[in-house]
Amino acid sequence: MSAVEVVGPEAVPRLQAQVEQILAEAQKQGASACEVAVSVEQGLSTTVRQREVETVEFNRDQGFGITLYVGQRKGSASTSASGDAAIRETVAAALAIARHASEDQCAGLADAALMARELPELDLYHAWAISPEQAIEQALRCEAAAFAEDPRIKNADGTTLNTHQGCRVYGNSQGFVGGYASTRHSLSCVMIAEAGGQMQRDYWYDVNRQGELLADAASIGRRAAQRSVGRLGARPVPTCEVPVLFSAELATGLFGHFLAAISGGNLYRKSSFLEGALGQQVFPAWLKLDERPHIPRALGSAAFDGDGLATYAKSFVEGGELLSYVLGTYSGRKLGMPSTANAGGVHNLFVSHGDEDQQALLKRMGRGLLVTELMGQGLNLVTGDYSRGAGGYWVENGEIQFPVQEVTIAGNLRDMFKQIVAVGNDLELRSNIRSGSVLIEKMTVAGS
Amino acid sequence: MSEMLLSVSEHLLAPGGLAIEQLPEVLGELAGPGIDAADLYFQSQVSESWALEDGIVKEGSFNLDQGVGVRAQSGEKTGFAYSNAITREALSQAARAARSIARAGQHGRVQAFSSPPVSALYAADNPLDVLDRAQKVELLKQVDQATRALDSRIKQVTVSLAGVWDRVLVAASDGSLGADVRPLVRFNVSVIVEQDGRRERGGHGGGGRTDYRYFLEKGSLGESRAMGYAREALRQALVNLEAIPAPAGTLPVVMGAGWSGVLLHEAVGHGLEGDFNRKGSSAYSGRMGQKVASSLCTIVDDGTLAGRRGSLSVDDEGTPTECTTLIENGVLRGYMQDKLNARLMGVACTGNGRRESYAHLPMPRMTNTYMLAGESDPEEIIRSVKRGIYCANLGGGQVDITSGKFVFSTSEAYLIENGRITAPVKGATLIGNGPEAMSRVSMVGNDLELDSGVGTCGKDGQSVPVGVGQPTLKIDAITVGGTGA
Repeated sequence: MSAVEVVGPEAVPRLQAQVEQILAEAQKQGASACEVAVSVEQGLSTTVRQREVETVEFNRDQGFGITLYVGQRKGSASTSASGDAAIRETVAAALAIARHASEDQCAGLADAALMARELPELDLYHAWAISPEQAIEQALRCEAAAFAEDPRIKNADGTTLNTHQGCRVYGNSQGFVGGYASTRHSLSCVMIAEAGGQMQRDYWYDVNRQGELLADAASIGRRAAQRSVGRLGARPVPTCEVPVLFSAELATGLFGHFLAAISGGNLYRKSSFLEGALGQQVFPAWLKLDERPHIPRALGSAAFDGDGLATYAKSFVEGGELLSYVLGTYSGRKLGMPSTANAGGVHNLFVSHGDEDQQALLKRMGRGLLVTELMGQGLNLVTGDYSRGAGGYWVENGEIQFPVQEVTIAGNLRDMFKQIVAVGNDLELRSNIRSGSVLIEKMTVAGS
Repeated sequence: MSEMLLSVSEHLLAPGGLAIEQLPEVLGELAGPGIDAADLYFQSQVSESWALEDGIVKEGSFNLDQGVGVRAQSGEKTGFAYSNAITREALSQAARAARSIARAGQHGRVQAFSSPPVSALYAADNPLDVLDRAQKVELLKQVDQATRALDSRIKQVTVSLAGVWDRVLVAASDGSLGADVRPLVRFNVSVIVEQDGRRERGGHGGGGRTDYRYFLEKGSLGESRAMGYAREALRQALVNLEAIPAPAGTLPVVMGAGWSGVLLHEAVGHGLEGDFNRKGSSAYSGRMGQKVASSLCTIVDDGTLAGRRGSLSVDDEGTPTECTTLIENGVLRGYMQDKLNARLMGVACTGNGRRESYAHLPMPRMTNTYMLAGESDPEEIIRSVKRGIYCANLGGGQVDITSGKFVFSTSEAYLIENGRITAPVKGATLIGNGPEAMSRVSMVGNDLELDSGVGTCGKDGQSVPVGVGQPTLKIDAITVGGTGA
């Protein structure tokens, strides 16, 4: 089997030269301003199931995207083709669009003075010298541990080891050009448990910039098996209003909804229930949300944002109060505010937490629902109304009683954010958002 | 060789110095010892989108993507690699990577190519070219202005237009040689309204495997189809301004005709895809011939409907699509199959092998999935409910095919009280178990309708366009996730 070629930091100069070439072509064809991103990526994905190899996939992608301006008019184009002709044609396509788009007073690149000057080294690239055979071996070991964990594990839905590396360079006609190589490796395991005529599946995974730092394959398999077996015998509970504890891996989603609600795009489109909430108390007074974009090796780290601005550490929420929206250059202009260097999103969000683990939070909850699974997209960002399918465990006297399925949980995010009782210290580390389990005072659980 | 096959192969192969005559040789390299089946999937796709908001056409984008996916199968194993370059060298390199999963075994055979006749379900012309850029921009502006004039409570209108033109060529070691040229267009309108400090959104859209002129066609009101979407988006937004909290608990639910077929897509469709059933991971596994729904339910997956968003002349493995009966009078009759799962299960392929692009592996996927009409008058179905919910429009859905649990979210719903539709209720998620919910279907309307053509289905990270449809139907009990009493 052929090993994966390296697409590492050594690709940066080559991509930088391409960026320069494309910027020059855009200028030559008549664009007044332009920005370009060029990337190359490659990866290997191996899946095993039922002790056999199922798929071995080699991925290799390349391409570039350009956004250019003719005065205040904007057009974009992208392609996976390469070569001088592809560059000429893609620039021409973007330009043709720009000439027909409307004048937009807010359109345009960020001021040259705001562009990032020094880029911190974030240590995001750690190529993993793993052969397809070794990848298969790890995945097999993971699945074997899952099967060995419990006799009720009767079937598997796939164990996948992914290793991915890429290099991306962004540049614009304000003189900024920046690039970096990064890697991302993951191992995931989905198992199926069977008993009493019921089949349940659940999963576990780990992801890291460094392959060697992934959790032990066998431990991932065991965890997947335990979670699947734990779901056996799940049933609905009667409709009620109770406290709800979101496990850490789902709690990150609540803060993801929050970030969407304070993002400039939704605000200027009048599509957020948090429009005008700047300076308001939106969380309990002890809660803090910080962005820390420069943590070495972290999954969400970035030195510059989608507009070429230097990212920086800041708080979005302090003392429960909304201090800042999430803004890029364009949405900032629409709202009459400076960019927060968040074009493209937030990089590593930290949710403040107490010193209780999930067990302690269950005790604190007493009687209620521990949610470990959510289904569907039942969120209305315009109103904050939240209603989703859920699964998890029924809790009495702080102890888990039985697994629950086929229920919904509903509330309004504005209320739910204010009604956060505690955030646990059991931090989810595999996500761009780092949160512990979140206990919410009350939600409507609909069931039998 | 058909004209389409000639023109598509000329477009995809000639620039890299290749010809169809060379493909058996590449397949020969790929389908060496220990390989049971192999295929090559060449694709070139152009797409564009235009978006209007705040009354101006702010953005347009254009994308060109092309490449070749190379797949080799050995028993249940699949090796896969792809390349953006369509050249002999790139094909050989990808073939070496893909066939690395081969076990020792006999030499695979490459059959002589044959192309089954396929019916043309859509035109082969580039749908992006029927309007020039100025006309596209003008269309968006017209719809925006006409929509804003409809109601003073409108605070924001966003309008978007998107088109895709795909040209694909599939060559397989079993002798399949297929070409397809696929247009796909879409038009969407979203409206935000405000009244007394309360804000709500409504959205609607449509499209299919046709070109942009579809949106200009005039309906019975003498208005364009695009404007019809705008009116519908506004109507939904205004309804939601009056919405009260949805009830929480288990209730009878009447699902409206058309887009509510998302119910079937989630509760039935995914669970009947061949891969899950081969693996025994579906709640429907091993239940062929058994009763899995009420006898009022007959459900098909039909890729052969002309111009529909989910339709395909041939699937992405070169197999002509079919109308496959999944459930007949409540009895499980068939699964949706691609070549791999059909071969391993020893059944016929149903033309459901689909992939997002050359860079993705095919798997069994739905095309247009719908329930056939029943006999009840929709009015009579509503009248039969003492207290329940009427779901007129849905957002998305999701299913866990193993436990059978599925959800969908309402975007327009009402209380039914004493046989009459009364107050609108806020969006809520409904949750049920596929086979259980389908066995509780107690009335099926005579008003089968297909959706307007905006559905996208996600599976294993791959998105493909699909259609859904159903008549009005009643489920006797399902859990409604509101916050009200």
